[in-house]
Amino acid sequence: MSVKKMTTPLTEDVIASLKAGDRIEISGVLYTARDAAHKRLVQMIKDGDKLPFDLRGQVIYFVGPTPARPGMPIGSAGPTTSGRMDPYSPYLIEHGLKGMIGKGGRGKEVIEAMHKHKCVYFAAIGGVAALLSKRIKKAEIIAFDDLGTEAVRRIEVEDFPVIVINDVHGGDLYKEGMSKYSIS
Amino acid sequence: MRRVHFNDIVDKVREMCMDANFNLSADVTAAYEKAIDTEKSPLGQEVLRQIMQNSEIAAKESMPLCQDTGLAVFFIEFGQDVSIAGGLLSDAVNEGVRQGYSKGYLRKSVVEEPVFNRRNTTDNTPAIIHTEIVAGENISIKLDIAGGGCENMASLKMLRPADGIEGVKQFVVDSVRNAGANPCPPVVVGVGIGGDFEKAAMIAKKALLRPVGQPNARMDVASLEQELLKKINQIGIGPVGLGGNTTALAVHVEVHPCHIASLPVAVNIGCHSSRHKSIVI
Repeated sequence: MSVKKMTTPLTEDVIASLKAGDRIEISGVLYTARDAAHKRLVQMIKDGDKLPFDLRGQVIYFVGPTPARPGMPIGSAGPTTSGRMDPYSPYLIEHGLKGMIGKGGRGKEVIEAMHKHKCVYFAAIGGVAALLSKRIKKAEIIAFDDLGTEAVRRIEVEDFPVIVINDVHGGDLYKEGMSKYSIS
Repeated sequence: MRRVHFNDIVDKVREMCMDANFNLSADVTAAYEKAIDTEKSPLGQEVLRQIMQNSEIAAKESMPLCQDTGLAVFFIEFGQDVSIAGGLLSDAVNEGVRQGYSKGYLRKSVVEEPVFNRRNTTDNTPAIIHTEIVAGENISIKLDIAGGGCENMASLKMLRPADGIEGVKQFVVDSVRNAGANPCPPVVVGVGIGGDFEKAAMIAKKALLRPVGQPNARMDVASLEQELLKKINQIGIGPVGLGGNTTALAVHVEVHPCHIASLPVAVNIGCHSSRHKSIVI
């Protein structure tokens, strides 16, 4: 199985070329945000406030890492369940977000927003958090410091392994994978 | 009456919290070795290999297996001929959790109340503590690390007695199907049948503490476990939901007497990093 390389921010051409099931290694900058940070980001959009980072072309990684040991950029850092971000993601997608990394299926409204505004949903392998943290080279908190693990971090990754779950062409790897091996 | 000092419990609980988060138990590793041979999906096989690799890194570097280092859930059997010198059992357990989560650089994932402010308690306490008074002078402490991803997939249903064993099977299989990729399969499925509303849930969680794949001592229950495991692995969800025939490593069922009008069934799902440890003081 071949692995494609990709750098952030994402362009429309790259997004159009991705298909459900593609294995990708991402290098560049990702932003971390999970439940509490999403709630604040969406409130800021609704209030017309300036966001802590420009969403356009960016990829958000749904993660709440463990504390970094001294001398390490970050602790264990695997994906959290994406479905909890479903109430918020359409707002961010509408404002230019081009990719999300998490685990687990997405709701209908998120998938519709992804298709309409050209955004891709990737999964990282859930629970292999020690392994994934090795691909994170730098991390700094850029917003919502008070949220601790849920703060927004700007992280720099090298060859961070993900799999395309929902592409912009209607592909859905979770559904396809399950039906391929289902015998019930 | 045997005396155990408060600080002994604190020390043991602290070490347990770190051990559970850094070291996959041997029963779980053995289940993976078996699953790699039987998984049909090449991608699924690779995921299983990555899970094993992750556990090697975690153990070697004392790094948490998962970033979600969980809510610490304790099942404590407290001998009625033992007493604690220097404080309360629950205080000792919480102090151990506080120290373990700080010393181990583990994530603090507990908020002090659920809906109004959700402020983090910053030390992962309070733990959930279930105690049972038993005969003897030992304190047996079992710890289950419950991550949010799989815990959120738990479900409970009060079936009618007429729904019977078929109703139970249907509910368990549907619960795993609905959970899909969310709980990080391959999972261990804990099932509690009988008791009442809260007893069913408690025994479903307790079932997750059994060594992975160890059958229930009752033959009829053990055979139900095997049947459910087969049905679940036919759904096709596979390792981390990418498709395959290893959706669950094991199904553990516990049963309990119940009211003539009732048939409660609870399903509690444990993720692929099945983190459980037990000690006896």
